[in-house]
Amino acid sequence: MSNKIHVSTKVNGDAVEFLCDPRETLLDVLRDRLNLTGAKEGCGTGDCGACSVTVDGRLICSCLMLGAEAEGKEIGTIEGVAEGGELHPLQRKFIEHAALQCGVCTPGILVAAKNLLEKNPDPTEEQVRYWLAGNLCRCTGYDKIIRAVLDAAEEMRGAA
Amino acid sequence: MSVHRSLGHDSGTLHVTGAARYVDDIPTPSNTLHLAFGLAGIAAGRITGMDLSDVASAEGVIAVLTADDLPFANDVSPSVHDEPLLSDGTIHYLGQPLFLVIATSQLYARKAARLGKISVQETPPILTVEDALAADSRFEGGPVVWSAGDAKTAMKASPHTVEGRFEVGGQEHFYLEGQSSLALPQENGDMVVHCSTQHPSEIQHKVADALGLPMHAVRVETRRMGGGFGGKESQGNALAVACALAARATGRPCKMRYDRDDDMMITGKRHDIRIYYRVGFDKSGRLQAVDFKHFLRCGWAQDLSLPVADRAMLHADNAYDLPDIRIESHRLKTNHQSATAFRGFGGPQGMIGIERVMDHVAHELGMDPLAVRRANYYSEAGGPSAPPHPPEDIFRQKKKNRTPYGMEVTDFVLGALTDKLEGSSGYQARRAAVAEWNATHEVLKRGLALTPVKFGISFTLTHLNQAGALVHVYQDGSVMLNHGGTEMGQGLFLKVAQVAAEVFGIGVAQVKITATDTAKVPNTSATAASSGSDLNGMAVRAACQTIRDRIAAHMAQSGHCAPDEVTFAGGQVRAGQKQVSFAQAAQSAYQARVSLSSTGFYKTPDLQWDRVKGKGRPFYYFAYGAAVTEVVIDTLTGENRILRADILHDAGRSLNPALDIGQIEGGYVQGAGWLTTEELVWDGQGRLRTHAPSTYKIPACSDRPDVFNVDLFDNENRENTIHRSKAVGEPPFMLGISALMALSDACAACGPHYPGLDGPATPERVLAAVRRARDGI
Repeated sequence: MSNKIHVSTKVNGDAVEFLCDPRETLLDVLRDRLNLTGAKEGCGTGDCGACSVTVDGRLICSCLMLGAEAEGKEIGTIEGVAEGGELHPLQRKFIEHAALQCGVCTPGILVAAKNLLEKNPDPTEEQVRYWLAGNLCRCTGYDKIIRAVLDAAEEMRGAA
Repeated sequence: MSVHRSLGHDSGTLHVTGAARYVDDIPTPSNTLHLAFGLAGIAAGRITGMDLSDVASAEGVIAVLTADDLPFANDVSPSVHDEPLLSDGTIHYLGQPLFLVIATSQLYARKAARLGKISVQETPPILTVEDALAADSRFEGGPVVWSAGDAKTAMKASPHTVEGRFEVGGQEHFYLEGQSSLALPQENGDMVVHCSTQHPSEIQHKVADALGLPMHAVRVETRRMGGGFGGKESQGNALAVACALAARATGRPCKMRYDRDDDMMITGKRHDIRIYYRVGFDKSGRLQAVDFKHFLRCGWAQDLSLPVADRAMLHADNAYDLPDIRIESHRLKTNHQSATAFRGFGGPQGMIGIERVMDHVAHELGMDPLAVRRANYYSEAGGPSAPPHPPEDIFRQKKKNRTPYGMEVTDFVLGALTDKLEGSSGYQARRAAVAEWNATHEVLKRGLALTPVKFGISFTLTHLNQAGALVHVYQDGSVMLNHGGTEMGQGLFLKVAQVAAEVFGIGVAQVKITATDTAKVPNTSATAASSGSDLNGMAVRAACQTIRDRIAAHMAQSGHCAPDEVTFAGGQVRAGQKQVSFAQAAQSAYQARVSLSSTGFYKTPDLQWDRVKGKGRPFYYFAYGAAVTEVVIDTLTGENRILRADILHDAGRSLNPALDIGQIEGGYVQGAGWLTTEELVWDGQGRLRTHAPSTYKIPACSDRPDVFNVDLFDNENRENTIHRSKAVGEPPFMLGISALMALSDACAACGPHYPGLDGPATPERVLAAVRRARDGI
């Protein structure tokens, strides 16, 4: 058995410690050790975006980062997007616009969209389309996803 | 009313919070083992030796199984027992599972699976259509031929003829959730299997056979899939059987999830097709004779290839009344992954042949392809109760308004639908604008096309058109619903819950949607052929009506009225002067010892189909739609984009317009992907070179058309379907054909010759087509 590495990090604002194999990806750590199964493995090569999370505010594919690299970082996952029982405006708008079908891409798209709106609260339609170009969806055809993101952005600007 | 409303997906909150559980998310016992297959590295040959000692001694490995270790049936095929789970000595394709590794983690299993030393004696693989024809390598004895009228004679009599060869590639399903299964051993040798499958009953059947158990000893549960598209109709069998065998062998829970690359290397895809066509027509574009030859590469095993190829033949007419026609279909056996079901199930491959013909004929005559399409449409259906078309008795000629397989088309609405879409999309003005653009621009050329869809609804294997349901009403008025359909994101569970809520006059929130479970509803058909809500909606309604009638009979006693005067609406039950909540009615019925549980059953009426002769009524009805796509191509690079898409689609009286529009948008984009960016490339050794999203490109968010208008066509189903709705899973896929035809239109603007654009229209193929348009070959 390989030597395990001890890692201290923050996930969705909570201090977390875990032991992991040096070869384990952050995605595997989240899913198998921390029971945060919202991030999905769609390809394992950073091409589909289903495993999207943020690390210190930067959007990444968690299948391309090692769990050990999370030491001292702040990780944000889909499980931290709703606050308490209250859904984030993006989450509400995805439901309202029927912007989801099978749901496997949904967590990654929401993490990516939230990250976009934090950097750019007033994106154009084209900016949304290209920001989300790294998140594949096989079901919806993307139209409702873009509408939902733009609608959420508008609501959030109104509330700000 | 809970039906005909745009309610949001029942799992919406779970999806947006990441809490929805797929098979790989189910918490497992800590002693769970993980599996991986060792795969063949050549496309054809015999195994002369397998040295698996390094595999067995690798870190974390518990056991390694080969075909010799399997106690009972070594078969995972859905039909003719020609798919061994693990190779029996013959290698049929590059990627075929040879041995099974059982290890303590997925990583260990996958690493160990690479360590097998396999000695082989290679034989030349059969890869191309030519290879297969030369070797007469095919399923069924020879080609299947269906005809109506006399195409040969009619061809000779036609004033004009045109012929061509057309190829369209296959397609990877790319369900975002890969194949996965989890088997949990039970007492007394029983097995519980969680599986991402469209067909739990088949999984149950195959697992039972592999374990030497009766079906009642195996329970299969499917809560949801992360996409299916036909790729989880039969392709999940191998994982479920492997998990069950490993669980039996080790006594521990076993899980298997294909890595994306393995998934693409192992599982089947859409059939590619080559079509030779020859047609005769008059100067108005009316077709007088049609001859099609279909060549489908089916891969190594039969799987579902015969009904897929049949459905291609059944859609060779699409929306057009073709007088004399002959269709010949070759189902070729090749050393590839076994091509399988994929949304449309052969329909797209058949339909695109005649759309290519329309495009080619229009080019020959210098007409707008839309005018040629219209000139060949079936006759429009009359009013809602129009009598059937009187049969015409012309010797040897196909009867008018009948399909080549002899089914009368009584519900045709594409005339009106096309008129409406032509207007709403501004087709004529844009046709002129495209012509003007092309006249004044050298490098960028635009194209526009409107193509129709007429898609037959029902399983062509008639006995599959049945469904069962199980409904319980509890004494607090809450309802538990179960049926044989599976949820893969399409919203079937919600639609069926809407049907149940409607019967009881309660809100959908009072209805609990539960996982598909072979222990609750037995002998189910796959959730396929777009049949999910048609079949299961009816079965659930029957079950609910049985319970409602019992409650009504009970309430009628105290209300002093007839049972059929008892009403259920707005959460209230009214009997005579008495009105109580549904919950109170359920409580009262329970105390009066009335059974509040029932099964329901449905079978589609009026079907009869002889697939050998190719005659009968295989479909209950047709679903219709049409799309206008505008594209632009760069004639220097072949790069292309969809600029705008306008869609009008017939979902009957939609059970849930929001879900149906979602199916239409997603179907169109997936269909356009098939014909533009999604290219499967096998090399000369039969190795799939596009086995990951890095090289296999499904449409991305940035590919969405700038303008995307989607509407439902108001058209109640003439047949007595659930609330007069129509099936909507597959038909919109074929709206994507308009993208290829628009690209063909853009290529045709580059020169005088017909561009003969094949699919997928990658930049490479677009460039070749531009050159053909300019220089003629």
